[in-house]
Amino acid sequence: MATATKTPVLSVEHVTMRFGGLTAISDLSFEAYPNEITALIGPNGAGKTTVFNCITGFYKPTGGKIALRHADGMEFLLERMDDFRISQHARVARTFQNIRLFSGMTVLENLMVAQHNKLMLASGYTIAGVLGSGRYRRAEKAAIDLAKSWLEKVRLIDRADDPAGDLPYGDQRRLEIARAMCTEPRLLCLDEPAAGLNPRESEELNKLLRAIRSENDVSILLIEHDMSVVMGISDHIVVLDYGQKISDGDPHHVKTDPAVIRAYLGVDEEEEEKDALAAKAVAEALGDQA
Amino acid sequence: MTAQDVSAPRAQAYDWSAIIKDLIGTAIVSLLIMVPMVAYKSVITQYSLVLVSRWTEVFAVLALILATRLALHLFVWNRAPSPVTAAAKPAGTAKATLPEKIGPWVFPVLVAFAVFLPLIFNFERRPIDLGIYILTYIMLAWGLNIVVGLAGLLDLGYVAFYAVGAYAYALLSTVYFPYWFGDGVVPWAFYITLPVAGLLAALWGVILGFPVLRLRGDYLAIVTLAFGEIIRLVLINWFSFTNGPQGITVPKATFFGLPFARGEGSFSDFFGIEFNRIHYFVFLYYVILALALLTYFVTNRLRRLPIGRAWEALREDEIACRSLGINTTNTKLTAFAIGAMFGGFAGCFFATRQGFVSPESFVFIESAIILAIVVLGGLGSQIGIVFAAIAIMGSFELFRELSVFENYLPEGTDPVHFRMLAVGLAMVLMMRFRPRGFVTRRQPTVFLKERKAVSGDLVKEGHG
Ligand SMILES: Nc1ncnc2c1ncn2[C@@H]1O[C@H](COP(=O)(O)OP(=O)(O)OP(=O)(O)O)[C@@H](O)[C@H]1O
Ligand SMILES: [Mg+2]
Repeated sequence: MATATKTPVLSVEHVTMRFGGLTAISDLSFEAYPNEITALIGPNGAGKTTVFNCITGFYKPTGGKIALRHADGMEFLLERMDDFRISQHARVARTFQNIRLFSGMTVLENLMVAQHNKLMLASGYTIAGVLGSGRYRRAEKAAIDLAKSWLEKVRLIDRADDPAGDLPYGDQRRLEIARAMCTEPRLLCLDEPAAGLNPRESEELNKLLRAIRSENDVSILLIEHDMSVVMGISDHIVVLDYGQKISDGDPHHVKTDPAVIRAYLGVDEEEEEKDALAAKAVAEALGDQA
Repeated sequence: MTAQDVSAPRAQAYDWSAIIKDLIGTAIVSLLIMVPMVAYKSVITQYSLVLVSRWTEVFAVLALILATRLALHLFVWNRAPSPVTAAAKPAGTAKATLPEKIGPWVFPVLVAFAVFLPLIFNFERRPIDLGIYILTYIMLAWGLNIVVGLAGLLDLGYVAFYAVGAYAYALLSTVYFPYWFGDGVVPWAFYITLPVAGLLAALWGVILGFPVLRLRGDYLAIVTLAFGEIIRLVLINWFSFTNGPQGITVPKATFFGLPFARGEGSFSDFFGIEFNRIHYFVFLYYVILALALLTYFVTNRLRRLPIGRAWEALREDEIACRSLGINTTNTKLTAFAIGAMFGGFAGCFFATRQGFVSPESFVFIESAIILAIVVLGGLGSQIGIVFAAIAIMGSFELFRELSVFENYLPEGTDPVHFRMLAVGLAMVLMMRFRPRGFVTRRQPTVFLKERKAVSGDLVKEGHG
């Protein structure tokens, strides 16, 4: 594989996450490469969101190591960092499976909150800001400009002054992506961004994600059930089932991997032969959507 | 927007027969209740028990009830939106209503009124006292609003910071400043202590903040309540330091070193005017007005800074905040500290105004009243708080004066005792009719094209 020669931005090494007796992820290792879109797929309850929560620091993994590298060579061990520090220093941004916008704040305000740390510094940790420093005013203006440029990219500029909670579902999904991008991340983790979107909106999301990837210095890690999105834009797919990695490779490899077909169909090893026909049908269906 | 939407009727036509039926029903029920309770009163005279009839009162009350009910029919209950407008209107940004249009004028008018209040009332003592009293609570509620309204953290022990400020002034001005700097500093004590009291209260805000940061909702409320009580109990029991329940008498504030007294070197002497006790109260009035306005403007500015946006974001969704790199621990601590600081300023002022501090002034009910003002005003709304403070504190004062009720109450009951009952009733009515307080709309802190208020339904109340 061509990617194997590059240094990965993210390496997940032997990560295990247990909740009491339940092992949500066991001994998972995979890598994500610079400027690529890596998809994490798997049936419901496979542990995908849990992987995200470990990477972004919301859960501390029971074991294993998660390393993030910047282009300048800085390396962060995410399993040891607080969630907000991961966003602030390691520059990992995320969206949530069940959208978490600041619904009582306007669309623009949501994007301003995302630039908190930068603005906090410019406001002299509030003191200079209260006294009305010019530096803060300039920084705020720059922040508004950045927010505006993202609102144009996600086509929400006309709704900038409306409350975020008032937007239709698809718009909220795009706003959450714009908000994550306003933190200027190196790794963007999207948890089911196409959930609840109609086919036209999914197609638009594909375009947006490709544009984000090509115009910014960012790698994308994507959880998605919608195969048209996954197959259409991923460079690399990791498949999870019951917390274990069952396949890892480019879309073509994953699509034809018998282990993946088995996981999605839920067939036993012995019955594999009998269901080969059905498996082929599934493979074709996946291929059609791509 | 369609033409239909614009021309849609604001109010539906009145259904008079239904209204009249309802009024008759109301009258019957009211009379059934009132005849036995109000119409006759038993009076024990020297020799016998006589019944005194009070039909005038009965009809006065009845007329009041019917008039209120009619007004509700005409102006409140018929305003259910017609399905057409309800559907056309986006849920979040309702179209400009009357309060919306006059909104920008309310605050300047209130400030102008407050500035001229002593003049308007011809330097009478009563209105100025009442003004000081209400402004103190407005300031306290504005301070608590930072913690509860903006950051969404329920704090039931706010009065503790008020106490810290008051005792800071009492102890520094009577004991420590004279000891450290000599007696010459005493006339200036108020001005020196004011910032110190604010800082000490902020420090206590952080001290309280640390242990409670991980708590939410009910747990946070209970711990803050306990903290308020602990401070009070320490003030009572640490006799050698605080003089216990006997309290401390504190010096009056001066006009930048000029005392309000008769004779040489006093305020009246310096300005060549005749001595009048009212000068001191007018002075106090303007001090608290200035402090309250400082609280208002600083809070307003903070809301527009990253820290203020982080407070509100914290109220909306803490997890999302953390995913955006916001240190929620520090954000909560600053909310506690800055809220406490304003409480400390107010406490320092309270000590000078009273001329005396004792633990009795800092009981739980004070925290509850301040919180009630914040909630009644509408969480997060500074203007709403002004009206709520006037309503609650004003009605307290009203009860103090109402002797009208005395005829109707058992012998020896003081109408003052009924004031909490009235506040409770007001709260119940509010929960029924305006569950989110007087002002429910949230003003955004930044906008691109136009500032549209966010409807209260979308704004979260925080989770503790
Ligand atoms: N905080 C938690 N405590 C206990 N169990 C948890 C917790 N979080 C996740 N789990 C369990 O871990 C397993 C994996 O859940 P996860 O949410 O990661 O699945 P998922 O792959 O994201 O599924 P979906 O496609 O439905 O979003 C599930 O069995 C879930 O119940
Ligand atoms: Mg999930």
